[in-house]
This record gives sequence, C-alpha cells and structure tokens, in this order.
Amino acid sequence: MITDTQTQTPARHHTLSVLVENKAGVLTRVASLFARRGYNIYSLAVAPTDDERFSRITIVVDVESSPLEQITKQLFKLINVVKISELDPAEAVERELMLMTIKAEAGSRSQVLELVQVFEGKIVDVGHDALTVMLSGKPRNLDDFEELARAFGIVEHQRTGRVALRQLTKTPRLRSVSSAARTT
Amino acid sequence: MTKMSGGHALIKSLEMMGVEVMFGLPGGAILPVYDPIIDSPIRHILVRHEQGAGHMASGYAHATGRAGVCMVTSGPAATNVVTPLMDAYMDSVPMICITGQVPLASIGSDAFQECDTTGITLSCTKHNYLVTDARDIPHIVAEAFHIATTGRPGPVLIDIPKDIVDPKNPRSDMDWYWPTPDEIDRGLPGYKPTTKGHPKMIKEAARLILASEKPVIYAGGGILKARAAEALRELVELTGIHVVTTLMARGAFPDRHPLCLGMPGMHGNYTAITAMQRSDLLIALGSRFDDRVTGKLDGFAPDAKVIHVDIDPAELGKVRRPDVPIVGDCRLVIEELVKAVRDLGIETQPDRSDWGRTIRGWQEEFPLHYDQGWEEGDALKPQFVLETLRDSTPDDTIVASGVGQHQMWTSQHWKFDHPYTWVNSGGLGTMGYSIPAAIGAKVGRPDRMVWSVDGDGCFQMTAQELVTASSERIPIKVAILNNAYLGMVRQWQEMFYEERYSEVYLSPDLPDYVKWAEAMGCAAFRVEHPEEVQPTIDKANEIDDRPVVIDFRTDSTEKVYPMVPAGLTNDHVVTDPSQGKGGY
Repeated sequence: MITDTQTQTPARHHTLSVLVENKAGVLTRVASLFARRGYNIYSLAVAPTDDERFSRITIVVDVESSPLEQITKQLFKLINVVKISELDPAEAVERELMLMTIKAEAGSRSQVLELVQVFEGKIVDVGHDALTVMLSGKPRNLDDFEELARAFGIVEHQRTGRVALRQLTKTPRLRSVSSAARTT
Repeated sequence: MTKMSGGHALIKSLEMMGVEVMFGLPGGAILPVYDPIIDSPIRHILVRHEQGAGHMASGYAHATGRAGVCMVTSGPAATNVVTPLMDAYMDSVPMICITGQVPLASIGSDAFQECDTTGITLSCTKHNYLVTDARDIPHIVAEAFHIATTGRPGPVLIDIPKDIVDPKNPRSDMDWYWPTPDEIDRGLPGYKPTTKGHPKMIKEAARLILASEKPVIYAGGGILKARAAEALRELVELTGIHVVTTLMARGAFPDRHPLCLGMPGMHGNYTAITAMQRSDLLIALGSRFDDRVTGKLDGFAPDAKVIHVDIDPAELGKVRRPDVPIVGDCRLVIEELVKAVRDLGIETQPDRSDWGRTIRGWQEEFPLHYDQGWEEGDALKPQFVLETLRDSTPDDTIVASGVGQHQMWTSQHWKFDHPYTWVNSGGLGTMGYSIPAAIGAKVGRPDRMVWSVDGDGCFQMTAQELVTASSERIPIKVAILNNAYLGMVRQWQEMFYEERYSEVYLSPDLPDYVKWAEAMGCAAFRVEHPEEVQPTIDKANEIDDRPVVIDFRTDSTEKVYPMVPAGLTNDHVVTDPSQGKGGY
C-alpha cells in the first residue's frame, strides 16, 4: 500500500534502491510481490538509469510489516531484479520533489512568499488567490514546509516519493544483495 | 537462415530442449501452434481438462526430474491451469506452461477468450512471459527452461499471442536461430543461483555436527530436486545421524534403513516428531520449516541449533533463524560437508549411543498402529489395504496420491526405498492431484508400475483423465480408498467440532465407481472383504493394456494418527487411542 507521506520518516522505514531490468511489467512484479507477501510500501519512485537496459526503483519500506532481510531476499528472487542496495536513511542522500498550491489572498500573499523563500522554493504558477510552489529537498524539510503552509490553507499538493543514492563522504552501511554476495 | 513461422519455431524450440512429451488441449488462440505438432516427434497427450494437463506435467517432472511441459489455449484454459501452476510453485516442480493468447492488437479489448494470463499467474509462477515478437520465441523458450530447471525449480509460463505464431500473418515470420548458453546468461543479468556453499559455513556446519550429541537430519524435497539422495546417504552413513524425511522427501532416504525415522509433522510418526523436538541440532537439508512440520513455531525444537541448507536464500531465516545458513545446491553442499566432516575427524564425534537408545525406545513404544480387528459387515481398514498393496507391488513402484487422509496413510504405511517413487501435492494440498499426476509419472517412467492411491473425494475431481489414460494407453492403476466422506475434514469435525458433520458425506456408491471406471475404458473392481484385497490387487497388477480402478470400501470412522492438533507444539502428539497418548 502506498500511504501518504505527511508524517515524518520514523526509523521503521528503510530505503531500498532496486536496480531492475527495463522490461514491461517489472514494476507490477515488484508491487505484486509486496502485496502478496504482506509488505508495506511507504513510497515508491521509478525512473530509467543512464544505462537503458535498467531502471531504478527507490522503495521506502515499512520494516515493521516484515524483516528487511526477508523483503530483500524475496525481491531478489524476481528474475528481473538485478541488484538491491539497502540505504540507511542516516547515511544516504535522499531527496523528494513536491508541488503545492497554497491559498494566497492579498492579505497573506507576502507571508506565503516569504515562507517559500525561506525553504528555497520556486513559484511555478500564480492565480488570483493562490500560488503553486515547487519545492525539492530532504523529505523532512518538505514535511516542515507542509506543516507551516497549512496555516495559509493548502489547496492541493503532490509529492513524488523519495529518490536516494548512497552518501559519498562517509562509508555508508551499504548492504548490497547482488549475485556475488548472496551466500548469507 | 531458415525462414519459419513463430508457431513452427515454438515447437522446434521444444524439440531443441529435448522435450519428448507434452500434455495439452487445443483451442482457438493456440491453433497455429498445434498444426506443426502433427509433423513433430514430440508426443502430445490430449487431456480432458486443462488442470489435468498441468498436473500430468508435474507428475512427469516428479518422476523424471525433467521439466514437464503443458500447452493450452487462452482465457478459460489459462485459468484452468492456475491450480497446477500454484501447486508446482509451492512444491518447486520444474514445469513449462505454454498458453495461447488473443492477437496482440486485441489484447486489452476484452476479446473472446481473452484473459490477463501473465497478470493472473504472476504470483504462481517462478517467472512468466508475454511474447510480443515472433523472433523472441527461441530465446524465451530456452530461457524459460533454464529458469524452470535451475536454482530452486519452479513453473514458468509463456503466453503467446495468436498473430505471432500464425503462418498466415506476416507478424509470425522469423529467421530460425538457437541461442547459446552464453547468450541465455547475458539475457539474465539478475539471475545467478548460488550452487556452491560457502566453505567457511560448511566448515562451521561440520563442527556443529561433530559436537552434537542429539542431532537429526531434517531432509526435505530439495534433496530430490538436487539429485542428492546418494550424497545424503553418504553423510548419514559417515556420521550415523538419524534422518526424518518430510512429505516432499519420502524416498530421498530409504525407509528400510535403520537410521530412517520416517515422516515428521502433523501426521508424522511419534519418533520422527519427537526426535526433532528433543534434538540439539537440526540439519535441515532442502526443507523449509513448513507449518505442517513445525507445529506451533515458538515451541518447535526448542533446544536445537539449526544448520539450514537451501538453494533459495529467502528460505534461510524465513521461519526459523539458522545458526549456520548455507545457500547452495543440496548435493554439492552435502558432498562438501562430508569432506569437511572427514577433514575435522569423524572420530571426534561424541558417543551417541544414549540418544540412539532413546530413539529406539520411542520407536518401540509408539510405532505406527491401527486396530486390525475385522468382523463380518465391517468396512476395510484403509491401512490394511495400503499395507497389502505395498507388499504386492515392486519396490520401485511409483505411488501418486491426492490430498487428505489417504495421502497421509500412504506416506506413513508405504515403504519408500527409492527416490522419485512418491508423487504428491504437499504445499498447496491440491485435491484431485493423484490421477493426472500418476498419468504424467507413467508417461515419464513407462518401465515402472504406477499406482494412484486416491480418496473418493479427490477421485471425483479429476477422474475424467482416466479417459485420457485409456485412449492414450497409459496403464496406471488406481486404488480408491472409498470411505464415502471427505475423510480428513470429517476427522477434524469429529475431533474438534464435537462430531458435528457439516457437508462431508459423499455416499459410497453414488457415483458407482466401477461402472464409471468401466465407462472410461478401465478395468474395474470393487472390494469389500479383507480376503478379496490381495487377489484383486494381484489381478490389477496383471493388467497392462489399460488403466485399472479398484473401489476399496473403507472404514469412514478410521482416523489418521499420530496427529499434532493445529495450534499446539510438537510436544502434543496424539497417537492411536490404544497407545494411550493424547486426549482425543
């Protein structure tokens, strides 16, 4: 189940970066596996990689529903899954994009703009009494913005779900389940 | 380059894979693939229901170790093979299922006999394909066989739209080729099953084995899939460790061997269950800690360390966390384990004669038991029928069963001394499995005697495949243990639902099984008296030109013991009431 991303990320969420073959139906296989085994998906983002044979699916999973190890092992049994990297949120670069339309009538417009400025957002559309803002950043920052924007009135908003890569500066706790390392 | 239609290429690809026989039933969407079958050396067996085709392919695979192949049309035919696919998936049976599909342009339009076959079978296949280009056919067929038969085996489905196999359609034109193993490998960047166990883990396992005072080998179906029966025997004879063989592993280690304890689990024998329960080391080889084996999990083998060998990494730690996990092919790992044990020195093993005596004590106190008394007017004891059948057939007879009481009694009372002689539906528990599976097994092993032991409930689900057996001259033999009930359900209602029998009565003579069998071209007999059991089996064994069906009228009140009631730990084995253990 894809739940909404309004709450902050508690520690029970882990991010899996799953490299899959770029073939028809692969996303269905992944989603179906989660449904069948009773694992919960918190958010999910898919896009092609620089190598056209592969796509990368970034899945934030709820590890309370099942141990992460079982999830990755079952995922790896899918023939089209090539590699799975488990990213600890504390040691990965995670970003998310959000579009939000906020009420901004004459009286509050300048305050809204100020808030957007603080969060380094961009105004991407302007109406008579509302603004549409684009914000990208750490999921946590988007949560904060959402909280603050609520005071003005959120008309609608959409988040992409996070994408993540491992951090370069520190040595990440990266557990790679690739074909070479499947022995445990 | 040879020009070819996709349909022709499909059949030729099956020939290239060494397929000798396939089970199927044609229909609209698969018509173009059936045409080249006329000119192919592949034997096609025309079934009466697509479910039969699937189970036959599975029975064939069980008996031969090769992938079974079935082929059916689109829509309802595809949905009819869903049960055999799930069955094969649960029991890791290598199988190829080819389904017809409406032409590519019609997909998604709710066309006649269209269904989303790949979508429906997503969770009951190891992998599946919707082929969209005739040129992909040889590669996909070769890849499908590779996936079905390597790693943890399983069913693979190939869904083929009509237009890419129909020679009248230009979309079906292709140039014939055959992929090299290397090309298959390169096409599967995410599929590299680990077969060789980690040396460090193997050494650690050997150390645990040599230190253990009360070890038990818990052998599962993976032993048979990996052709590891010989290796297992070597390990057992080297170490002198007792073996239990699960429902899926019956025959993987000979029942007559003094170290064989038989089947564990809900209806396993007392000693097998209790030896596991009291052991200090469980050596799980190709087994998966199924709930029917473990009983209530948190009380299962509480003092045992666990060595778990499986080719599927996801099985390690899925149910019980192993102390030594080893991913790999059971045969290769056991061979390495034997070496490692020898290297460390077999003489360092502790003296296990106390443990051996304890086990013998259980065996003597709680052997398999049933009340053999019989008076005029009584129905036959099913166990007596099975023992007579067992003793009147060759040692290497292949036995196929359905699901329920008759399955448990067969597994308990038969002596399996050879691998690949027991064919049954373990994981999914598919009633009606027996008849088609026996047919598939007999097709794969025509040199062997094949008996189907069936219940009356199961028989009524797939009996029509005896028409297939008659017309294709596949002389299987069927023993119906006819107790006029859905026996296992009746047993639960008697034991756990205060004898409130809800919808389990079937009638002993509606249908008339003898007439029904004769109408399907079989020889048929009815046996009601114990003295007729032996002569009728002898008569059946003589008949080799058509199937035989024997309707044994058995006692409906007979229950399967021992039993560990659901929800209890394996400390609560209920034995036959005369043995006085348990409260039921």
